[in-house]
Amino acid sequence: MAFLTPGSSSFSDFLSVHAPDLLPGRRTSPAGSVGNEVPHGTTIVAATFPGGVVMAGDRRATMGNVIAQRDIEKVYPADEYSCVGIAGSAGLAVEMVRLFQTELEHYEKIEGMTLSMDGKANRLATLVRGSLPMAMQGLAAVPLFAGFDLRAGGGRIFSYDVTGGRYEETAFHAVGSGSVFARGSLKKLYREDLSELECVMAALQALYDAADDDSATGGPDMARRIFPVVAVVTEEGYTRVADAEVGRVADEVVSGRMRRPDGPPAPLS
Amino acid sequence: MTVPYYVSPEQLMKDRADFARKGIARGRSVVAVQYADGIAFVGENPSQALHKISEIYDRIAFAAVGRYNEFENLRIAGVRLADLRGYSYDRTDVTGRGLANAYAQTLGTIFSSGGEKPYEIEIFVAEVGERPEADQIYRLTYDGSVADEHGYAVMGGSAELVGTYLEEHFQPAQGLEDVLQVAVDALGHDGQQVRRLHAEHLEVAVLDRTRSQPRKFKRVTARRLTELFGSANGPANGPAETTTPPPSPSPPADDGEQDPPPIG
Repeated sequence: MAFLTPGSSSFSDFLSVHAPDLLPGRRTSPAGSVGNEVPHGTTIVAATFPGGVVMAGDRRATMGNVIAQRDIEKVYPADEYSCVGIAGSAGLAVEMVRLFQTELEHYEKIEGMTLSMDGKANRLATLVRGSLPMAMQGLAAVPLFAGFDLRAGGGRIFSYDVTGGRYEETAFHAVGSGSVFARGSLKKLYREDLSELECVMAALQALYDAADDDSATGGPDMARRIFPVVAVVTEEGYTRVADAEVGRVADEVVSGRMRRPDGPPAPLS
Repeated sequence: MTVPYYVSPEQLMKDRADFARKGIARGRSVVAVQYADGIAFVGENPSQALHKISEIYDRIAFAAVGRYNEFENLRIAGVRLADLRGYSYDRTDVTGRGLANAYAQTLGTIFSSGGEKPYEIEIFVAEVGERPEADQIYRLTYDGSVADEHGYAVMGGSAELVGTYLEEHFQPAQGLEDVLQVAVDALGHDGQQVRRLHAEHLEVAVLDRTRSQPRKFKRVTARRLTELFGSANGPANGPAETTTPPPSPSPPADDGEQDPPPIG
C-alpha cells in the first residue's frame, strides 16, 4: 500500500507513484497549439521593502482578443511566509499553485518544520520543469515566487522560465505579457527605503503602466470596483491587502493619472 | 516430520491482543479533552523532537501511544491520504471520520493477518467543528476497533486510572487553561503515587476553532507551558503541587505492567 511505504516527504513524489495522472506534466496531450483558445493570465509584479515583500497581479484573463474573465485571481499564498503569482495559461497556473501549496504543507506536516526559502524556490522550479511538454504546445505557466526568508530576515523574489530555470531577483521583478512595461515603470519608481504602503503604491503604478501599454493586462476597473490582488509578506506572515485598502490606493493612482497620464515623473539626474 | 500444533482462532486472536496490549501498557497515557474553543491534546513526552501529537489536516489532528515507528508510519499515511483527498477533491472533503475509517481498516487488516505482528499502538483522530457539538474524537485500538468519544478520551498505559480522574474532574466548555490543568493533573494520577508533571516533559497541542487561518492545529509552546505548570528547576505554582495523594484503593487489574520506559 503506497500510503504506508516509507518514502520522501514530497507530495508530488508521492503522487508520481500513487496517482501520476494527477500531476500536471504527466498528461499526453494531442499535438498542435491551443494557446489562443484557453484563458491566459497576464501581469504579476513583486517588489521588496525593508520589512518584507509585496506582490500584485492584475485581474484580467484573455483568450486571444476576448477578455475571458475580469476578476481572476493570480496571486496566492504558497504557505504562511510566501506567495506565488502565475502568468500564463490560467487552468495550468491554478493547478500548479494548488500542487505547490499542497507540496509545502505536506513537507511541513511530515517533517515538522518548514522548507527553507531556497528549498521552496527549488521545489517550484521542479514543478515548472515538469510542465515543459505543455509549454511546448503553447500552454506555458510561469510563476513569480516571493516570500519572507526567516533565516535571512528579509523579503526575497524568485523568477522562473518554462524550462524550470530559477533566478533570484534583487529589489523587484515582473512576469507576464505586460511585464516589460511594469518593470520599466518600477525601475523609475522603486527605491530601497520604501515603506509597505509606498511599495504597494509602486506595484499598482507598475500594473497601471502595464495595462496602459499591454492590451492583455487589465487596469483598475473603476466602474466595477475590481482592483489588483495585492499580497504582503512580512515577518508576521502572509496577508492579503483588503480590497477597500487597495481601492483607496488605486483611486489615488487613477486621480494622479488624471493630472499626468504617464504617471509620476522620476528625477532626471 | 513434525506435526504443527493446532492453535484455535480464539487463542490466536487472544494471544495477539495480549501481545499488543502489553506493548501499549508500557507507555504513558495521552488525553484528548474538549474545551470551549476546540480540542486539546496532552501527553507526557520527554522528547521535544519526536512528537506523539501532530497535525493531519486543517481541522484534524492525530495523537498516538505505543511504538514510535508504527504510529509514525500511520501518521505519514494519514497526511498522505488527507493531502491527496484535499488535492483531488476539495479541502472541505477531508473529514476525520473518513480518516478514522481508513485507519481502522489498516489496523484491522494488520491485526488479523497472520504474517505481521499486530501494531502495539492506540491512536486518536480528532476533528474540530465550527461549533462544540460538531467536534469529534475517535479512539482507535490495535485491532482496528473505533470508539466515538465525547468530552474527553484517554489512551495508553494507565488509561483507566487517568480516565477515572477525568470522569470526576472534567467539565465541558471550560477555558483552555482550566482544561489543560485538569488534563495534566489527570496524567499525574496514573499510579498509586500522584506525580507532578513538569512543563518540559509535556507535549501539548490544540485544535483551536477560533484560529483565523484554515489550519486550526497549534502546538502550545514550552514557554507557555512553563508559565502554566512550572519547570523542574524553577518555581512551581500549579495546583498539582498542592494535591495530596488520594488514598488510592487498588491498582488496576488491567495489564499489570506499570514500569515506565522513557518513550512510550
